[in-house]
Amino acid sequence: MGKTKTVVNESAYERSLHAAGRLWGSLALLLMLLVPAAISLYFNAWPPLAPFLKALLGVLPMYWTVGIIEVFTFVPMLGTGGSYLGFVTGNLTNLKVPAALNAMQAAGVRAGTEEGDVVSTIAIASSSIVTTLVIAVGVFLLGFLRPVLESPQLKPAFDNILPALFGALGVVFISKNPKIAAAPLLFMVALFMAAPGLSSSVSILVPVGALIAIAVARFLYKRGKLGSPGERG
Amino acid sequence: MAFSVNHPILYLFSGIVVAFILAQSVYFLVKAAARARELGISGATIRKTVLSSALFSVAPAVSILVGVITLSQFIGLPYPWLRLSVLGAVTYELPAATLAAGAMGAEVTQTISDARVFSTIAWVMALGILSGLILVLVALRKIQSGMVSLAGRDKRWGEILTDALFLGMISAFVGLLFARVREGLPGFIPLAVALVSALLMAVCGLLMKAFKWQWLSQYALPLSMLGAMALSIPITALMGGGH
Repeated sequence: MGKTKTVVNESAYERSLHAAGRLWGSLALLLMLLVPAAISLYFNAWPPLAPFLKALLGVLPMYWTVGIIEVFTFVPMLGTGGSYLGFVTGNLTNLKVPAALNAMQAAGVRAGTEEGDVVSTIAIASSSIVTTLVIAVGVFLLGFLRPVLESPQLKPAFDNILPALFGALGVVFISKNPKIAAAPLLFMVALFMAAPGLSSSVSILVPVGALIAIAVARFLYKRGKLGSPGERG
Repeated sequence: MAFSVNHPILYLFSGIVVAFILAQSVYFLVKAAARARELGISGATIRKTVLSSALFSVAPAVSILVGVITLSQFIGLPYPWLRLSVLGAVTYELPAATLAAGAMGAEVTQTISDARVFSTIAWVMALGILSGLILVLVALRKIQSGMVSLAGRDKRWGEILTDALFLGMISAFVGLLFARVREGLPGFIPLAVALVSALLMAVCGLLMKAFKWQWLSQYALPLSMLGAMALSIPITALMGGGH
């Protein structure tokens, strides 16, 4: 690991976070793979190679690509600790990223700083703990909970989680940066109206929106419309 | 004991991993909180961050639980419990399970009874979504230093760059609200719920300014979200959804 010391200004905390993150993450990865292995061993039921490869080929190209894109999109928002934890515990777009953004905004710290990194990690860890506990308790109390969770009265509330989340989050961030937000917003609204079938591919469109926003931001910044360039940090 | 999708051993396997994930989250929480104190972030801010993130997560977590129930009809409870507690979401796990079952000549319209079909599904679900985690483990440091050089030494541009990333994500999800508007009035329900949520958030902002309620800043998002979810029930009834 010695050759990765090229990173500038890495604090002792950051270094230990990378070491811990890799250790916990590798063990989690190993455990995730050990479970299907243990299932196959215990029931003496290994997947037949041809159907297994066929199914894998159906899944890998799309989801491995999405996974890689997610890393480049979310790492700058989540920071070091948040990334190591978030990419193990999942549910990034609907939970971890909004939790991190909201916490940094409320605490008045910025993503990309050590303070932002720490607050983001605290938010993601708290969110992971609660989510894991809610699901675990729910699984064991399912007999009681099922009629409530599947009741038609509550269905609209669960159907509308994403609109409820992104309405509140959107108004805060869009009103802070309307100039950068306008172009990607218009593009996405037009795109989804023209092709509603894209709804299931929204995670692929996140980096598309990001690229448009970055291009617009760069253009505006160079023309001096977003504050003065060259404030050295 | 013969194979069943709800075999006790499957609960044990999943339980071990879920306990590990919980331990990992606690470790990161403690470590980050200790560092936050060193950096001079107040204990009150840390507590509020924990509480508001926890409160915010309850509703999405319950919706994930609904996803576990959906999957449990085909592949039992314990394995979806594991899959949705780690990387992955119903939108990924269901297609992956369907594909794997299809390749084995089975269908996910009824409970899987063949252990080999089940193990194929389990492997495909586990392997199909690992790229993000693997990339983070192998290359997070390099990616971050790449991002630093992309932003350059210009601090203001670095800030704008992260804001642009947020807005890219938000715009994709705001665009999604419009996906069904061509279906008539019920197609506007997501948009109406999002507007109500934005309005609640704006009210929170006004209250914070008018009464200097700084404590509200941490809870504005969970409150607005839960409020809009609750209001989505009458909104859906009014706008003719569910028919």
